[in-house]
Amino acid sequence: MTAATVDIDHAPAPSGHADDHSHHATATGLSNEKVAMWAFLGSECLLFGALIATYLVYKGRSINGPFPKDIYDIPFTSASSFILLMSSLTMVLAVSSIERNDHKRLRLWLTITALLGSSFIAGQIYEFTAFVREGLTLKTNLFGSSFFVLTGFHGVHVTLGILMLLSLVNLSRRGKITQAKAETVEIVGLYWHFVDVVWIVIFTVIYLIP
Amino acid sequence: MAIVLEPSRNSPALPGGSGAVRPKPVSDPGVLRRPVESTKGIVSWLTTVDHTRIGVMYGALSLVWFVIGGIEALLIRLQLAQPNGDVIGADTYNQMFTMHGTTMVFLVVMPLSSAFFNYFLPLQIGARDVAFPRLNALSWWLFVFGGLFLYSSFFLGGAPNGGWFGYAPNTSITFSPGHNIDFWIFGLQILGIASTVSAVNFIATIINMRAPGMTLFRMPVFTWMTFVASFLLLFAMPIITVALFLLMFDRNFGANFFNPAQGGDPVLWQHLFWLFGHPEVYILILPAMGIVSEVLPTFSRKPLFGYPVVVFSGIAIGFMGWGVWAHHMFAVGLGPVATAAFGVSTMFIAVPTGVKIFNWTATLWGGAIRFTTAMYFSVGFITTFVIGGLSGVTHSVVSADTQQTDTYYIVAHFHYVLFGGALMGLFSGFYYWWPKIFGKMLNERLGKVHFWLMLLGMHLTFGPMHIVGLQGQPRRMYRYDKGMGFDFWNMIETVGSFIIATSLVVFFVNILITSRSKAVAPADPWDARTVEWMTDSPPKPWNFDVVPTVHTVDEFWHRKYAEDDDGSIRRVATAEQVLTHDPVDPASIHMPSPSWWPLIAAFWFPVTAYGVLYHAWPVAVLGGVGILAGFFGWSLEPSAAPHDDHHDDHGHGDDPNSSFGELVAGTAH
Repeated sequence: MTAATVDIDHAPAPSGHADDHSHHATATGLSNEKVAMWAFLGSECLLFGALIATYLVYKGRSINGPFPKDIYDIPFTSASSFILLMSSLTMVLAVSSIERNDHKRLRLWLTITALLGSSFIAGQIYEFTAFVREGLTLKTNLFGSSFFVLTGFHGVHVTLGILMLLSLVNLSRRGKITQAKAETVEIVGLYWHFVDVVWIVIFTVIYLIP
Repeated sequence: MAIVLEPSRNSPALPGGSGAVRPKPVSDPGVLRRPVESTKGIVSWLTTVDHTRIGVMYGALSLVWFVIGGIEALLIRLQLAQPNGDVIGADTYNQMFTMHGTTMVFLVVMPLSSAFFNYFLPLQIGARDVAFPRLNALSWWLFVFGGLFLYSSFFLGGAPNGGWFGYAPNTSITFSPGHNIDFWIFGLQILGIASTVSAVNFIATIINMRAPGMTLFRMPVFTWMTFVASFLLLFAMPIITVALFLLMFDRNFGANFFNPAQGGDPVLWQHLFWLFGHPEVYILILPAMGIVSEVLPTFSRKPLFGYPVVVFSGIAIGFMGWGVWAHHMFAVGLGPVATAAFGVSTMFIAVPTGVKIFNWTATLWGGAIRFTTAMYFSVGFITTFVIGGLSGVTHSVVSADTQQTDTYYIVAHFHYVLFGGALMGLFSGFYYWWPKIFGKMLNERLGKVHFWLMLLGMHLTFGPMHIVGLQGQPRRMYRYDKGMGFDFWNMIETVGSFIIATSLVVFFVNILITSRSKAVAPADPWDARTVEWMTDSPPKPWNFDVVPTVHTVDEFWHRKYAEDDDGSIRRVATAEQVLTHDPVDPASIHMPSPSWWPLIAAFWFPVTAYGVLYHAWPVAVLGGVGILAGFFGWSLEPSAAPHDDHHDDHGHGDDPNSSFGELVAGTAH
């Protein structure tokens, strides 16, 4: 279907206009959007860095329980972490699909990625409610405050990522994502992989290291 | 076509009557009707994505906040003019010094720098606009709404009163039960998003949008300093974002981050705040250093002495600025190793700063100096900044610093670097670039009166603070007793502050006179050196009819002058000749179209903030949905209206790339 999509913006340039479009090739050859996404992810590193540092500063300094060892369910969180990591694989497959101009597979893999992300979020919601039932809230102690804020921020990032994935599916359905615009998928992928990598750090630092 | 000879720059034949430039859209793909493209009328300002207009709006609004922050300063000085002053009470005084600091940092110096970034960054690198024009408009509207939100506190129960540093747990709900601090938290969050978005935008612009031949080491120093400051913003803003979120969770949702009863640590706030706060200091000063590095060579008729060294010093400051934050915390008792390390790093950061001072001085050396007002302010910058820099080095001596902490000595120091430094540099930029922005010259005689009054007022106000500070007058106290030895100098300081206010009246009168005047500035009034002067003043919406190809640093200068065989400098072309080029059909230049979405998306941020602040959850949810809806509407609208006759390969046309890039970047933190 996209072969038929008329892309007026990328039609061949009428002669004589070339001089006026000196920005077409950016100074680095990278698109503005990609540079912006990398810069934004750099900023995000400091956001999560500050949150993780806060968690580490307060590690073991809660006055009353429940403490991490009382309530962490490592097998459960390992499973949901595995699901999130697998979503990075399906994201890569989505990018590779559109680069091969395979729009059906693109939508398939994007949907699967969004589903895997949603399963992770569902797991997090389950985990949060289980913790609250066991007596750990934002107000309980330093552990509760720093745990919920750090993982909550990560959950919000995953949720935004899911929204972006679903928008991509929708755009693709309307024929707006041509092979030439595969980079759009790649840029959302950058964000998605970043969110996954951050989770690896969070999972290791706050769940696995005793 | 000799562009400079055109009678009126707003002639309807060109940008105004853009009907010819932009044919009617074939179809309207966005949700909202596209605003009509025009350069007249309120709608054109509300929907503009033109970096020059956004720059002008930033400058104008920052000057309004400057007056308001100045009035707060005058109230502080009136209260302290005499011992046991009775002008404003203790609580009002707390609000005044908090809002004075917050306003001057976040609503004056940062956006004034942003005004110059916006206007001159694309011009200096030979670009037609920034990388993301609509994101640029979003930053501007967030700045507008953030400032209004912050100041709405005055009418809703009292302004923030915990100092611009907002030390927790003094700002926790226990000690600050009102909404004052909440306004500070959410106001700064909104302004922080604005800064992060513009940092991303400027970085992408500088990396990607440079004209052919404009390599990194041919960029004007102002652009370089913008580049460094943008990286500092990019990495510093998320840290204060986190600190403010933690405090918000403490105050509104019962978290314990800064609650000592639960083991919460007040020092954590200080670390997070100053890890943001010290890079912030360089965010404030680097743009001014960039402006000075443009003005001094122009009016010395010499290239900047040691251009690469100045650039590398700026980069070095950018890196080292991350390793000195704890010198704000020597009195905390971090232990001998930490304090020694931060003391030494604080001494080190004086080195690149000193290198710059020597380079500027060497630029003046042997130059054919013209003492224009812009030059006065730049030289004034160097001298007062040296004084402020030297008192700054005294803070690195830990034992001395513990005596200086929380005294007026500190107040003296940072006003010498921020008022005598940053603001002097920015005023230098005003006088230097005014003819570029408005096509008219500010009055030089009034400008010099402005300068001398400001310099005199500045030294009278902040000079004596060194003395009373070392004698022990504490900061943030709304009164002092008779007979402490503070009376005389405090009166002098108050007199000085009113001299500064007078100097600003002169500045505003100058603006008024200039705006009424009919005299048009020449194309190149200062015999300038850099690319921003290689187009009309003010520039057309697309900046350059023909994007220049750059061959060297100081490109414009080298097109005007050449070296003879005997080494003497000879003029080879007038500015008008350099600006002359073959006629270009404006319809072939494709610019992004105006949009309502940045304004709409930004509008919902304060709504969300009010909702959370008053725990009115439906309002907060409405605001959140509004933000999301705003960005979705935005992403469905192509950044440029489609044209049936025109081909767009500008890099952000009807392209979900840009929509998504912007959507994602727009949902920052």
